[in-house]
Amino acid sequence: MAWKRFAGHKAALVCSGVLFLLVLAVVLSPFTSRYGVNEAVKAPPNSYLAPSKLAWLGTDDIGRDLYSRLIYGTRVSLLIGLFSAFISVFVGCVVGAVAGFRGGRFDDVIMRVTDLFLAFPFLVALLVVRNMFGSIKWLTYIIGDVSSLRFIIFLLSFFGWMGVARIVRGQVLALKEREFIEAARASGASRNYIIKHHLLPNSIGPIMVALTFSVVGAISGEATLSFFGYGPQPGAGATSLGLLVGQAKGAVQTGFWWIALFPCLVLVIISLCINFIGDALRDATDPRMDASK
Amino acid sequence: MFRFALRRSAWAIPTLLLVTFLVYIALRMGTDPLASYMRSNPRATRSKIAQYKSVNGLGSNFVVGYFSWLKNFVTFHWPRSIKGSREVWPELKDAMANSARLGIAATTVGVAIGLTIGIFAALRPGGKRDVAVNTVAFVGISIPPYISSILLQLVFAVYWSKWFGNTLFPTSGVYPPGQEGFDLLLMIKHMALPTVVVAIQVIAVYSRYMRSSLLDVLNSDYMRTARSKGLSEFRILMRHGVRNALIPVITIAALDIGAIVGGLIITENIFDYPGTGKYFLSAFGNGDFPLLMPLMVIIVASVLLFNLIADISYAILDPRIRLD
Repeated sequence: MAWKRFAGHKAALVCSGVLFLLVLAVVLSPFTSRYGVNEAVKAPPNSYLAPSKLAWLGTDDIGRDLYSRLIYGTRVSLLIGLFSAFISVFVGCVVGAVAGFRGGRFDDVIMRVTDLFLAFPFLVALLVVRNMFGSIKWLTYIIGDVSSLRFIIFLLSFFGWMGVARIVRGQVLALKEREFIEAARASGASRNYIIKHHLLPNSIGPIMVALTFSVVGAISGEATLSFFGYGPQPGAGATSLGLLVGQAKGAVQTGFWWIALFPCLVLVIISLCINFIGDALRDATDPRMDASK
Repeated sequence: MFRFALRRSAWAIPTLLLVTFLVYIALRMGTDPLASYMRSNPRATRSKIAQYKSVNGLGSNFVVGYFSWLKNFVTFHWPRSIKGSREVWPELKDAMANSARLGIAATTVGVAIGLTIGIFAALRPGGKRDVAVNTVAFVGISIPPYISSILLQLVFAVYWSKWFGNTLFPTSGVYPPGQEGFDLLLMIKHMALPTVVVAIQVIAVYSRYMRSSLLDVLNSDYMRTARSKGLSEFRILMRHGVRNALIPVITIAALDIGAIVGGLIITENIFDYPGTGKYFLSAFGNGDFPLLMPLMVIIVASVLLFNLIADISYAILDPRIRLD
């Protein structure tokens, strides 16, 4: 039923296809990329070559192939996006379900904190907290140095779970008054059992939607940080979409349009596709949403 | 109603204190104010350093330090910036005025366009216009502000002047270098591109809010009643439809202020616009504690204020809401 509705969403189908191809290209990067991540396309002079047969999307300041670097960069960004989205969704589900089911003081405090964080300018919070975590010595043994991928994933998850928690809480609040939950409670099911076996499985639709939006949030969060020079440094010439977009900033004034355009385009395509898929998932899994509405 | 507003406002003050305390800790740990001071003033004497520590409340542990900072803050004895020892307030005031101008311009344009196209989309759900508006909204949400800024800069800073030989919209600052005094036209030209960037986000978000909110209203019983009374379609839509649909939208609007400020920070930096965003990132980069703390207090206070406005306006606009 849900699948049928999802398939009826044409834009989402196209987006799934595009995203699938993109992921395939990224996973098969040894075959799809034409040069190494840190490899010049030819001997100098090789910097800022316009797109040509030699380098499909042109080269950067030290003569590396932009197309190959985009593939490697997308791999890093997708990795960050997926990992931190999964962590966010996991934490968000636990907190949201417990807050919604228990209610009371715990619920109040959690929701107040969530409200505050969601209303706070994202970049400011991200930068301040980033530096704070980076300054705690024992923490960096666990989550790595400020410039490591692990640290960025942790940081983005730290801010990512709140939106999910709010969605799951709303869902749990709506579900917990229903008869089947009452029946489960009457037959002696424990709180954890009800959450695990009744509430979360019945909220799977909104959770999936939250997951897709978390991925977009994390990818663009990483890009924002990298853009301002506070992102991860994957090391040894490796790159991420955010770092590539950050390079675009400098390339604009000099008129090397390919360096500015293509990384931006890839980032926009990824977030557009995931957003469309998320929206279609919401329509498909929410029975109240009528297609005609 | 009054008691509700009073109680909510009373809660805001301890929250403000608590959050600024947390920000104080985070900044003190994260930017290492003492080391940054030494970096900017390598030849500072021991007494200068001691004075810097005491006016900023950096000398002792977090609690004592916070309260000594707070005392200086509320009595308006604000410490000077570590770089160049500048007065903080004039600089912050200018930055806030510039940001407010950009923010208000972008929000006005964005809300006006967003609400209008949202209404059009809701009139015939599933129709051509609806699909078009939805697509626009999706593209708007999916383009982060730094990307639209870069693309606009590419077009206007590089190609426009190449093709047409003049500069239509400058891509940095509020005025060209050397400009003295006030010039409205120049200012509008400089603000046009950053305004567009921020407005795109606002349009995308508000058209969707308005559409879904108006759809809910249009399906309600009182719309049928209004129609059966024989009111004109336009009157039904405006008096009964849009007015009721605006209630949730206004509430969300007040909560959205953080997102708009966030967009401003990014946009200002790319367009070299002297607002709070540039102020924040340069102060943060220098670890300039005396510049950062007042800005953070203002950000936290405005977030709380708008949260409060959201709660109270919701209660005023929708009398069905019970306040306790």
